[in-house]
Amino acid sequence: MSWEAYLNPIVRAVPPSGIRRFFDLASEMEGVISLGVGEPDFVTPWHIREAGIYALEKGYTMYTANSGLPRLRQEVAAYVAGQFGVAYDPDGEILITVGVSEALDLALRAIVAPGDEVIVPEPCYVSYMPCVLLAGGTPVPLPTTVENGFRLTPEQLEQAITPRTKALVLCYPNNPTGAIMPRDALLAIAEVVKANDLIVIADEIYGQLTYEGEHTCFAALPGMRERTIVLQGFSKAFAMTGWRIGYACGNPDFIGAMTKIHQYTMLCAPIGAQLAAIEALRNGLQEMRNMVRQYNYRRRLVIDAFKTMGLPCFRPGGAFYAFPQIDLTGLSSEEFTELLLREEKVAVVPGNAFGASGEGFVRCSYAASVENLTEALKRMANFVRRHRRIRCQREAGAVENL
Amino acid sequence: MDRSIEILELLASNCRLTVEQMAGMLDMPVEEVGRTIAALEAKKVILGYRAMVNWEKVGKERVLAFIEIKVQPQRDVGFQAVAERIYRYPEVKTLYLMSGAFDLAALVEGRTMQDVANFVATKLAPIEGVMSTTTHFVMQTYKEEGVVLDEYQKDRRLVVSP
Repeated sequence: MSWEAYLNPIVRAVPPSGIRRFFDLASEMEGVISLGVGEPDFVTPWHIREAGIYALEKGYTMYTANSGLPRLRQEVAAYVAGQFGVAYDPDGEILITVGVSEALDLALRAIVAPGDEVIVPEPCYVSYMPCVLLAGGTPVPLPTTVENGFRLTPEQLEQAITPRTKALVLCYPNNPTGAIMPRDALLAIAEVVKANDLIVIADEIYGQLTYEGEHTCFAALPGMRERTIVLQGFSKAFAMTGWRIGYACGNPDFIGAMTKIHQYTMLCAPIGAQLAAIEALRNGLQEMRNMVRQYNYRRRLVIDAFKTMGLPCFRPGGAFYAFPQIDLTGLSSEEFTELLLREEKVAVVPGNAFGASGEGFVRCSYAASVENLTEALKRMANFVRRHRRIRCQREAGAVENL
Repeated sequence: MDRSIEILELLASNCRLTVEQMAGMLDMPVEEVGRTIAALEAKKVILGYRAMVNWEKVGKERVLAFIEIKVQPQRDVGFQAVAERIYRYPEVKTLYLMSGAFDLAALVEGRTMQDVANFVATKLAPIEGVMSTTTHFVMQTYKEEGVVLDEYQKDRRLVVSP
């Protein structure tokens, strides 16, 4: 018998991740070059790994305070103040979490009451919609367009707001598009946020990976600090995905509520990862900048390659993703992804996995070696050339048949 | 950052990058990258391009020795003249002037230990101005020029992740 009927209807209604199918497909094949990976290709810098090992050697195997080691919270406070210009009290305004994923879930659960609407600009990271649903809220997807540089516009936001709108999830630099929002564009959003008394959950996990201009932390804008929960972590900037360590900064009421949920559901982030994170913040900035520089080289390489192969690609200013437009091949993003994998053994992610507005695009991660990138792009160029020709022939045939 | 330094850093990490690749990576016109490299070559800033080889893997007989050399410096030229007489030998792969307990440090390569010992006894030690030598044979190379020799970093990441 099936036990599905026993499941929580909300859980049952959440669709499984669209990425899964391609993961299964790609995993079965040999010789695949993957540009489908949403994490750095660097391993964690050695001095950070060593700090983790040292922590184990010294027997740091116990719980920590719910909100995280005081020393780590102090380092985070200093780091956020130094890098992003926002001051937070390490006691009460910072919570150390198990990755930004947990922080996002906590923020939504702390804020959202049944029926509350949460505006989520799309295309976006796959977790936002499910997390809003699981928190009992109603996600309101707001498609951004390539014409607007995948930025959220204040007009768009204004139009989406209803009396039930509680919060806005902002993720810039953006996964999957690589879009960034400069300070003046964010200021316009901040005005709408303030006028409509919204809360902003700012997922700034890619903040350090900004290549054009400086990253602006949403909480650094006038009047936004108290109504913003900033989510940050170590995964992307310090190549620490597997350590599962992140943090949230916000006003004491928000962070207090999040800490309450965290305390009952997670207790604390693993102590080894917390100690490694302290090392990352104290001594890891130089190496982090070096990794950022490498990503930037590859970013330009990828943009250049798409230009050469005639695939229109929005110029990503952050994260490590490019989001080329593939509709000139006549294929949907899922067809493109599947055929590219089968015919050329290159894995990318179909844009529609990140929301309906991602259709017609694919996400290519350039967190890969220059050698692999070059080979993958060569294969993609062959693929695009071939499928453009097939499309032309098909259309010519259709005209003749008229 | 100075563009030529960026080009040099890229080449120093991988000299097989093509001019086109570098132009892409640096957001520079292909011609400009080509011109810059040609100028750096002409100025002998770029001294050469070569492969890093793990000779052990192909079973090539090769012995490396690290030799400390004490030198009597000479009026006007200091260590230069002696250093020159040492580094002219092709057996000497690397030569540094050092601070501390000795003056010159040489990395000497030979086919066998006997070769290296002969070289030190018959060529290096008798050079005028060389007061003493201490030879340390290399037992194993773990890392060279920033590259760990026996480390194959397999990509362990999931093929596709959000």
